[in-house]
Amino acid sequence: MKQVQLSHGGGGEEMNRLIHDLFYKNFDNDILSSAEDAAVLKPAGSVAFTTDSFTVSPIFFNGGDIGKLAIAGTVNDLAMMGAKPLWLSSAFMIEEGLPFEALERIVQSMAQELKKSGAKIVCGDTKVVPKGSVDKIFINTSGIGEVIQEGISAHALEIEDVIIVSRDIGRHGAAIMMEREGIDLHSDLQSDCETLWPAVEALIDAKVRIKAMRDATRGGLAAVLNEWAVASNICIEVEEEQLPVCEEVRGVCEMLGFEPYDLANEGTFVLAVNAEDAPLALETLSRYPFCVDAAIIGTVTLKKPGKVILKSPWGSSRFLELPKGELLPRIC
Amino acid sequence: MSLQLKDLYDGFRDPDAIKALAKIIAEDAKKLKEPLNIMEVCGGHTHTIMKYGLKQLLPENIDFIHGPGCPVCIMPKERIDHAIALANIEGAILCTLGDMIRVPGSESSLAKERAKGCDIRSLYSPMDILPIAKENPDKKVIFFAIGFETTTPMTAAVILQAKREGIKNLFVHINHVLVPPPMHALLEDGEAKIGAFIGPSHVSVITGSKIYEPFPEMYGTPVVVSGFEPVDVMHGISMILKQKIEGRAEVEVEYERSVTREGNLVAQKMIDEVMEVRDHFRWRGIGDIPKSGLKLREEYADIDAEKVFAEYLSDTPIDDHKLCICGTILKGLAKPYECQVFGTACTPNTPLGSCMVSSEGACNAYYRFGGIE
Repeated sequence: MKQVQLSHGGGGEEMNRLIHDLFYKNFDNDILSSAEDAAVLKPAGSVAFTTDSFTVSPIFFNGGDIGKLAIAGTVNDLAMMGAKPLWLSSAFMIEEGLPFEALERIVQSMAQELKKSGAKIVCGDTKVVPKGSVDKIFINTSGIGEVIQEGISAHALEIEDVIIVSRDIGRHGAAIMMEREGIDLHSDLQSDCETLWPAVEALIDAKVRIKAMRDATRGGLAAVLNEWAVASNICIEVEEEQLPVCEEVRGVCEMLGFEPYDLANEGTFVLAVNAEDAPLALETLSRYPFCVDAAIIGTVTLKKPGKVILKSPWGSSRFLELPKGELLPRIC
Repeated sequence: MSLQLKDLYDGFRDPDAIKALAKIIAEDAKKLKEPLNIMEVCGGHTHTIMKYGLKQLLPENIDFIHGPGCPVCIMPKERIDHAIALANIEGAILCTLGDMIRVPGSESSLAKERAKGCDIRSLYSPMDILPIAKENPDKKVIFFAIGFETTTPMTAAVILQAKREGIKNLFVHINHVLVPPPMHALLEDGEAKIGAFIGPSHVSVITGSKIYEPFPEMYGTPVVVSGFEPVDVMHGISMILKQKIEGRAEVEVEYERSVTREGNLVAQKMIDEVMEVRDHFRWRGIGDIPKSGLKLREEYADIDAEKVFAEYLSDTPIDDHKLCICGTILKGLAKPYECQVFGTACTPNTPLGSCMVSSEGACNAYYRFGGIE
């Protein structure tokens, strides 16, 4: 089996071959293959700029892999600011000994995911480090997007706005949890890992008045709603019954003692819209296979500014707090 | 048709059923002559009550007293220190369950020791320890076993299976405790005005409801064994109310779908084969309760971590942080928000006391789910 060796990051012939045969071939575009020290870009107006590093174990999981994640993650951060993803950088830190075939699969998966938004990888870097220095492979991607919808902000929520979640929550966190060592659970549950730009672009095209938009990654839905409640100094009241959660995620949560709204997502976003636009937003989202379960989950009020309230279908309510500490399975 | 996980809880979170029970309870509670304090012994019930906001559905003359039934919360610091000492033994892999990783000992916690490089693993099922022991024949694999009667049979099963397979590098540190002794201790103490108990769900599946028969007999205190779902708890409260109004004190089982009088006899036999009652166990906050914990039988001395690694372990009692009132809370004498460090110096991220650590701890449940009233 061919493996990645230290020489692949050494700057010499092996590295050159790796760059040409793998990266240039899969990420093919004029800016990248001009092979200059830096990519020269000509943005038309306001741009959004973001960066994220990706490390996940296992690197191939049900519904995606670290490559798909590295593209979708950064592209989604741009999309959440109403920016069309244009250019990405991609830096790899590879542990010596990683099967070459694994790296190939990851790169192909990245190329595949890029097609969904039309973004291009225009610069990159590769390091190979001694065994044990990183866990198989870490990827950093940065991205630049052209802002086509201004004013989307966590500070922009107002009373009576409606909160929508784009699909059922908690899939990525639950899927990864099941594949981790030590928790011997099996199911067909897939991560929600997905590029969201097509759906976001459709919302913008449909002229939905989006106040705030955020993908519910680490910290889950609970983190997004709490950040918004604090940033806009409003209260978000959530109807627990309206939260879309699939049976498998509910099952994992029941068994391990987790809450779906604390679990990470990688292709699920939350948006706050003007109440009148909520039906249009739902109708627009429903055209995308990864948003068919989109649902209105709550409204913005002034009941307890800075707080998120979860309301049960039997009339009780409680605060929905930020998830805290390491997620550990319950004892009994 | 196969059994789906949701079948296990589906009807038991039904809004109409919960509302209907709340209405019955409100009506019946008018007939009470004095306020009723119900102690839910088990942390699982505390979690249910707070998570589903059940207190909000009850009339003012019914209150909950949160009991000492959270295995992490009742662990005294000196025994957390045992776990830390064991994890630091050369060539050791320390395995334990869930939240135990976060509990502060006298100076550190397992999470901090793990960050320093100790091999500490959080298991979902105790059975997972067997492959770890087999894959690491040169290591001392130590299981820090915790829990009430619910988790004890799994520890016994691991020990018996390891014996059958001839595994020689597995050691077990037993911290299993029993539910009835602290219930007796609290009633004899009398300070917490306990009018009735909600009996634990899963513990009772193993032990049977017979273990609660002394409480109505000796103290005239009703016990209703309830399931963990919101409908179960509301139904259990309604059954307690009926006993109170009719002047009865009995053991009743609301959680009939899983609990019998005799319990799981196979599990009980397995426990009896490897463990026996220990003369003393010091409960955090409550203090020493005689015959309230278990230990390995003499035949298993060669895998008993408390004996094999005795030189590393100290049994000198270590008291809680002086501002922490976990003890008072575990005795049912205070609510978490009455503690001056609750939510300030003591949070789930920086717990001073164990009740803030475990998801079954009263402070953690109040911190996560409380505060809206």
